[in-house]
Amino acid sequence: MNMPPSIRAMCQDCGAPVMDHAQGCPDCGSPRIVTHPELATLTIAHVDCDAFYAAVEIRDNPALADGPVIVGGSVRGVVTSACYKARAFGVRSAMPMGRARALCPDAVIVKPDGRKYAKAGKQVRGLMEQTTPAVEPVSIDEAFLDLSGTQRAHNATPAQTLARLAARIADQVGITVSVGLSYNKSLAKIASDFNKPKGFVVIGRDDAQDFLNPKPVRIIWGVGPAQERRLHAAGLRTVGDIAARSPEDMRELFGGMGTKLAHLARGEDNRQVNTARHQAKSASSSTTFGSDHADFETLKSLLWGQCETLARRLKRADLGGRSITLILKSSNFKVQTRSKTIPDPTQLAEVIFQAVLPKLLEAADGTKFRLIGVRVSDMVPGDDCDPPTPFDPSAARRAQIERTMDDVRAKLGTRAISKGLNLPGRTPYSDAELE
Amino acid sequence: MKFEIERASLLKSLSHVQSVVERRNTIPILSNVLIEAAGGKVAMTATDLDMSIVESVAADVGQDGATTTPAQTLYDIVRKLPDGSQIELAEEADGRLLVRAGRSQFHLPCLDRQDFPITDEGDLPSRFDIDAPALRRLIQKTRFAVSTEETRYYLNGIYLHTAEVDGVAVLRAVATDGHRLAQVDMPLPDGAAGIPGVIVPRKVVNELFRLIEDLDGPIAVSLSDDKIRVEFGETVLSSKLIDGTFPDYQRVIPEGNDKVLSVTAKDLIEAIDRVATVSTEKSRAVKIAVEKAKAVLSANSAENASATEELSVEYDAESLEVGFNSKYLIDILNECEGENAQFWLADAVSPTIVRDGDDEGALYVLMPMRV
Repeated sequence: MNMPPSIRAMCQDCGAPVMDHAQGCPDCGSPRIVTHPELATLTIAHVDCDAFYAAVEIRDNPALADGPVIVGGSVRGVVTSACYKARAFGVRSAMPMGRARALCPDAVIVKPDGRKYAKAGKQVRGLMEQTTPAVEPVSIDEAFLDLSGTQRAHNATPAQTLARLAARIADQVGITVSVGLSYNKSLAKIASDFNKPKGFVVIGRDDAQDFLNPKPVRIIWGVGPAQERRLHAAGLRTVGDIAARSPEDMRELFGGMGTKLAHLARGEDNRQVNTARHQAKSASSSTTFGSDHADFETLKSLLWGQCETLARRLKRADLGGRSITLILKSSNFKVQTRSKTIPDPTQLAEVIFQAVLPKLLEAADGTKFRLIGVRVSDMVPGDDCDPPTPFDPSAARRAQIERTMDDVRAKLGTRAISKGLNLPGRTPYSDAELE
Repeated sequence: MKFEIERASLLKSLSHVQSVVERRNTIPILSNVLIEAAGGKVAMTATDLDMSIVESVAADVGQDGATTTPAQTLYDIVRKLPDGSQIELAEEADGRLLVRAGRSQFHLPCLDRQDFPITDEGDLPSRFDIDAPALRRLIQKTRFAVSTEETRYYLNGIYLHTAEVDGVAVLRAVATDGHRLAQVDMPLPDGAAGIPGVIVPRKVVNELFRLIEDLDGPIAVSLSDDKIRVEFGETVLSSKLIDGTFPDYQRVIPEGNDKVLSVTAKDLIEAIDRVATVSTEKSRAVKIAVEKAKAVLSANSAENASATEELSVEYDAESLEVGFNSKYLIDILNECEGENAQFWLADAVSPTIVRDGDDEGALYVLMPMRV
């Protein structure tokens, strides 16, 4: 059932070629038909799970399916994911939980369960990798796929293969995805986002400019609220406004970013789908408190909790780092970071903690904080971390204590053993621990 | 205060004291040098509150007195004045310091000498003399191993103490950063028996080394549990010591290492430097595979580069592969005076001893890396 290039329509649900799309799919009867003149020739796709965390929660508890669902932090925290019903009320990711509750009081709030999402994300990734070797993960629930050259293997055009991939993900993982298909990454990403959920949007070479022109500048890759304000200030509101300017003009106005924007606004993007495994650049753990804290001792014990969580993640990923950063957010939402580079890269909570503790002492000047966190960057493989220190028995002993605690936890659970440092002022559940 | 002095002697003394001054200071007077003129001599003092250096120099003192002025500025001025100039320094009516040489004239701000912190060292009960070259050797061969990690403050200096080797008392300097260790012994100087074991801070060690670089004569060292004073010529350096317990390093120096590898230090340094060019930047690991009379160095990177080099060595034990941090290895080999360095190996994971073929009193211990 290879689709000759002349055929411009297929069933979104089974990939079957369709001649007359008014009739629906002749194979499965689905009314959802994708039509595009270049449908048979485009190969770059962006596949994005729809409201991923919320979708996984609804999958596991069908009772949730009827009402709005918000996945997010416990006491204060923020929205990590909201189902489309909740989004209809204006709830968005990263919105403070209080605001989300006010907008959508009927929503069922679910605490995030990172392990569950990681498992589902891995399954999705696996199905993608069975489809094409050229998968570039963007995050746990989205990736770019390059399907050039897969036609023979699948005996189907990239568009058909993607339709089948979406169907397999729905079938085997139990969640839906949106697909964007185009001739480069930037357009594929815009396309996948355009008709969520369960979208399948195609942007071809001939219609790209017409498609982009009326869209707000915000849809371009790299344009956030700040860049948007700058563009608006320059009188650029739509992508077409930018495309009308020459790259040189844009460069003059916005520097290197301006040149990039000018190209993207013209539908030009020559970045490859990069399959090289991403080596994590940093790892962090942070927690937002139920109420603000200014007291050093309290902050210190909260910091220790974050160091432990971070160390646990680093050990699991077999990574470590040499640059340690303390992250604090004050009650007026000002974020401050203080970094320290240590001589030997580490993945030990104790070493991370000792590196940032003096930074906390400097920062804890009575300011009230709502969040504390710690980040490790300048990453190296786990083997290069914490080289043995036989000539410094006291340091060696501290490292040994932590490794022994890890062993106990591996056997008896995370809460089986902890340092006395955790006890005062400890919140029972931090956001990070629920990862 | 008013005196005249030759540029060369002022420059030398200023250069000795000014390096104690921290570049960025929150306490203004710590940026200043204290200048005291009395009885045909001028004494200059600089301090960072932990350490201070005082140096006296002969001058033509017209009027006794004392003041403080920015050390770095005064040093820069004197440095830029022509060689052979005669420099006049005098307190002015407006409280500034006049510096005049030939046709140049400078007015520097002063702060009251009463505010300059002079630490009272109190009584330093232990005192011994040591020759400058001997002290240089102790410092030179150990200071590279001093830890810079502030959390291990007790390793941020050289541990100076007495020990016994085969029933003979020695003065010993030890430094370690936890991964490598340097230990250098010398015959116990007269009067050094019974001195307390002290940790001399890194900054003091480095300043001292600079001050005695060209010296030959004896140096007087006075110690208490928490202070050190070093005197030579017209210079006195005094400092607090690190208040901590140096780890019991002797327990981890291996005794049973029996596989001995002898190699020309210079050749090995060059070979390591060559192969380490490709090694992963962050680990700088180099592997040494030794077999009879031969050692093969190798290194590789995560990006698939690799390098090997073969070296003739003296080795007669069973074959062995062991990895080291190339920087640590070169640091040690750089301190080997003689042609030959000896590696005393046990296996791929235990500490390795390195000895200097020409200096029996020096011993280095290095932890292998997993490679």
